[in-house]
Amino acid sequence: MSIETTKKFNIDTVENAAKTPDTELPWAELGLKRNEFDEIVKVLGRRPTGAELAMYSVMWSEHCSYKSSKNHLRQFGEKVTDEMKKDMLVGIGENAGVTNLGDGWAVTFKIESHNSPSFVEPYQGAATGIGGIVRDIISMGARPVAVMDPLRFGAIDHPDTARVMHGAVAGIGGYGNCLGLPNIGGEMVFDSVYQGNPLVNALAVGVMRHEDIRLANASGKGNKVVLFGARTGGDGIGGASVLASESFDDTKPSKRPAVQVGDPFAEKVLIECCLELFKGSLVEGIQDLGAAGISCATSELASNGDGGMEVELTSVLLRDPTLTPGEILMSESQERMMAVVTPENIAAFEAVMDKWAVEYSWLGEVTDTGRLIITWEGEVIVDVDPRTVAHDGPVYDRPYARPEWQDAVQADVFTGSVQDAGRPSTPAEMSAAVTELVASPNMCDKSWITNQYDRYVGGNTSMAFPDDAGVVRVDEETGLGVALATDANGRYTYLDPYHGAQLALAEAYRNVATSGAVPMAVSDCLNFGSPEDPDVMWQLAEAIRGLSDACMVLGIPVTGGNVSLYNQTGTTPIHPSPVVAVLGKLDDVARRTPSGWREDGQAIYLLGTTAAELDGSEWSNLRGHLGGLPPKVDLAAERALGEILINASRDGMIDAAHDLSEGGLAAALVESSLRYGVGARIALEELQERDGVDLFTALFSESQGRAIVAVPRSEEVRFKDMCTARGFAHLRIGVVDAAGGKLEINGVDALSLDELREAHEATLPKYFG
Amino acid sequence: MTDLPLIGEAAAVAAHASGARGLAGARIGVVTFPGTLDDRDAARAVRLAGGTPVPLWHADTQLGDVDAVVIPGGFSYGDYLRAGAIARFAPLMSKIIDAANSDAKLPVLGICNGFQILTESHLLPGSMIKNDHLKFICRDQVLRVENNSTDWTGDYDAGQEITIPLKNQDGQYIADEKTLDALEAEGRVVFRYVGFNPNGSRRDIAGISNSAGNVVGLMPHPEHAVEVGFGPGSGLSGSAGNGGTDTDGLGFFTSVLNKLVGGAK
Amino acid sequence: MPRIVVDVMPKPEILDPQGKAIVGALPRLGFNGFSAVRQGKRFELTVDGEVTDAILAQAREAAETLLSNPVIEDVVNVEVVEA
Repeated sequence: MSIETTKKFNIDTVENAAKTPDTELPWAELGLKRNEFDEIVKVLGRRPTGAELAMYSVMWSEHCSYKSSKNHLRQFGEKVTDEMKKDMLVGIGENAGVTNLGDGWAVTFKIESHNSPSFVEPYQGAATGIGGIVRDIISMGARPVAVMDPLRFGAIDHPDTARVMHGAVAGIGGYGNCLGLPNIGGEMVFDSVYQGNPLVNALAVGVMRHEDIRLANASGKGNKVVLFGARTGGDGIGGASVLASESFDDTKPSKRPAVQVGDPFAEKVLIECCLELFKGSLVEGIQDLGAAGISCATSELASNGDGGMEVELTSVLLRDPTLTPGEILMSESQERMMAVVTPENIAAFEAVMDKWAVEYSWLGEVTDTGRLIITWEGEVIVDVDPRTVAHDGPVYDRPYARPEWQDAVQADVFTGSVQDAGRPSTPAEMSAAVTELVASPNMCDKSWITNQYDRYVGGNTSMAFPDDAGVVRVDEETGLGVALATDANGRYTYLDPYHGAQLALAEAYRNVATSGAVPMAVSDCLNFGSPEDPDVMWQLAEAIRGLSDACMVLGIPVTGGNVSLYNQTGTTPIHPSPVVAVLGKLDDVARRTPSGWREDGQAIYLLGTTAAELDGSEWSNLRGHLGGLPPKVDLAAERALGEILINASRDGMIDAAHDLSEGGLAAALVESSLRYGVGARIALEELQERDGVDLFTALFSESQGRAIVAVPRSEEVRFKDMCTARGFAHLRIGVVDAAGGKLEINGVDALSLDELREAHEATLPKYFG
Repeated sequence: MTDLPLIGEAAAVAAHASGARGLAGARIGVVTFPGTLDDRDAARAVRLAGGTPVPLWHADTQLGDVDAVVIPGGFSYGDYLRAGAIARFAPLMSKIIDAANSDAKLPVLGICNGFQILTESHLLPGSMIKNDHLKFICRDQVLRVENNSTDWTGDYDAGQEITIPLKNQDGQYIADEKTLDALEAEGRVVFRYVGFNPNGSRRDIAGISNSAGNVVGLMPHPEHAVEVGFGPGSGLSGSAGNGGTDTDGLGFFTSVLNKLVGGAK
Repeated sequence: MPRIVVDVMPKPEILDPQGKAIVGALPRLGFNGFSAVRQGKRFELTVDGEVTDAILAQAREAAETLLSNPVIEDVVNVEVVEA
């Protein structure tokens, strides 16, 4: 076709699209399926323009539309009890859910993935992951107060792991430290299943007063739409753009960046600038620009509001003037926000922008037409019902089935397997086994990582890694605060996705309760392989079903999260890895319980019972075995344990508490001893007798619903009475021994704390310098 | 920061601080640049010490009614050119430089990025380069107070060891040998790292002063060790604590307040 | 001894936060003549002896693989400078 070039581009207008129905469009290159393209044509009643095609293609992607998981995710909204709704101010579906903390305070938190970008360019991938989740929190009207980062990388000794590790950790630090947000915890797991697909998840939490809650909607006809923050470049479009064809001329496509580069300084300024806007009530609705950029922001703001918006796209401030309209709509340039402002507030809004030297441009206004109209120099290039872009994307019922191999995997138990040969039994072997465990890649000390993050900034961090949960004060006058923990166990979930997901939730719940906080809400990041593989789809369906069922029993709702699919190398998927974050509330953070003991002579109690559950354990992992069934989940017991830990913390009955999870009792005893360098004398004979397990099992089993606590002598009677009254198994297994410098366990050669610390701390520096 | 933000609002605390009668009248400015991070913490520290924090904005052309100034930590302008290099040219900085050098000798404390800004401003000699191990480091750091006669260290004993958090990327203090010798000779090495030099700083120097002792800069963060439950004594950083208390940093702020109100030490 | 100088710049299409912050500061100090700044890196590789074609080829390869990150940076110059 030949169109005379009088403008910068030969723009494909709506008028042109109506006249040229047979023009070939690059829908396949943009990731759309034939049926999806046909649906777009049906919705519009004509072929889409190039710009419209760009919008639909990004908004109907798996990442933005959740088309494969939506049918299953519904359960999080459906399986909700009154108890779960009690404190929910904003539910799933907004940028992040909001939970009532009382005293007029509200908290919002969310966890997201940035997996694939972090493999391509670990530093920038991880950095922009933090940036994106923090903007989600700001756009709810909250001041971000902390971040966390669960990480899963390939084998610790694989040459490529160091590249990803160094880059991702430096990126999280480089970006997060520059924002002034304390990093209060996370996870670090090494497993070869993540070699080509590292998982870089990021969590942010923010707080606000109730009246400051903001939602992403564009209401009020005549209100102005403004884009502010960084300029728009070709970020996230990738390579040479296929959209060059939208301009229907022969100019060669310009280069587009393969990765997004973050500017943490710009983000920090954006945070302060937004908080000043909120304080002055200068915005009616606000939306951060993440995946799908302006496409997402305009269509979501419009469809959540009065249903209409008009935008002139040439008003967008560009970093790269060669961008085509479609590219501007798709760009994922970082550190940008879109807001709706009443005409009366324009001057005040501009004053805030000028104060912080933030660039902005007015793009258009809210209408009541129900249409999202985007123009280019006045010519209409997009004319759509915004709901069809933002909400009415395709939904797939992907076929799924329990994998044929699942039975064989579950039948392959650790006990008695080839890998189980020579199980430690003598005191010397036991001692060596404990040391080996706590020096292993997944159980070793993570301060090589966490020492690269600022945990102090803000002056409100009450606990951080390596304690069970991160704790941040919200209100200085009352001490009100929040606790957060994230957990996942890909090995458990591989063995049994339904219960594996529940185990992740149970552990995060237990971690929060161990800190003394009352669990209130859940955010999840579901990292899975390809949904087009029925095996993987079954894992995803089972995990969601398991999580949503467990939330009902625990009485805490999922308020947000994200799904990350296609995490696989070739046809080999990662272990299903639902990362679950639980948020809890402490009326006074001064009451939080640390994970280590300090006071000589305090009694050490083990709460809960121990069964022979070594399948999927860290011990079996060290011996190269993965099979059988994960530990049993008993959510009622988790709830009962949580109540005991919370009451004991509130009433001053315990001085330390540590949950038992990966590595079992052995890992917990070592960690609680090393926390403050104070040892203990432990005897497990009574436990072995009561639970019918041997010493090895007592130490290395990963039975759930357990914790160890240190009880002051003066509180022992009260503490025991409480456990008895609640019918919860409790057993005094030893005492804190401040003088010995050792962890002594009957039947295990004494472990010097100095030697344990050296083994525990040497692993990461050995591999990563 | 035109006013104190929603987190950390406890204005009433200052009035209640024990022995604070008279101190609350002392006004300590806390400067915010774009990219400043620890301004709220510094304001809290002033408040907990009994003084009145006054937010100052980098673009202000007047210093206003303040008796001392804290330049807090952070990444002003992203530290993209050199740490502190762009902030040094802010309108407010020229007022602070003049006031520090004037006969009135305005007390000025630069913490971390604030220290870097003070060296870029030539209020203090030397410079900071990337840590010798090239990584950002956050740890609880033991310091020895080498000079307790500055405006900011009067409440410490000479030789006292204190533990306060350290967190930086560009914390390696360097100066030529002649300057280092002069600093030592004049007693202007105010703080030295003890036990572990976390960034390769020359002669284990953690902080220095000008010759009058009114301008002090250091890399570690006293404002992060001013409150029970939120400092190094709580074992916030990973491994076993270094045995410090949670409030070893409070002395910086009480020192200057006591000096300002003529309180004896 | 001769040195090989390698200059690395962020790719033109990649955001350069450093340059952006500096270009913002220039006019505040009265330097009004500049519309953009991009900040790159200069490496100096010292060679013991003569710079042969093989050494120079090695330097080029090192520049492309180690000294720059091809995802976000370009090697814009490799040249020999006599000390």
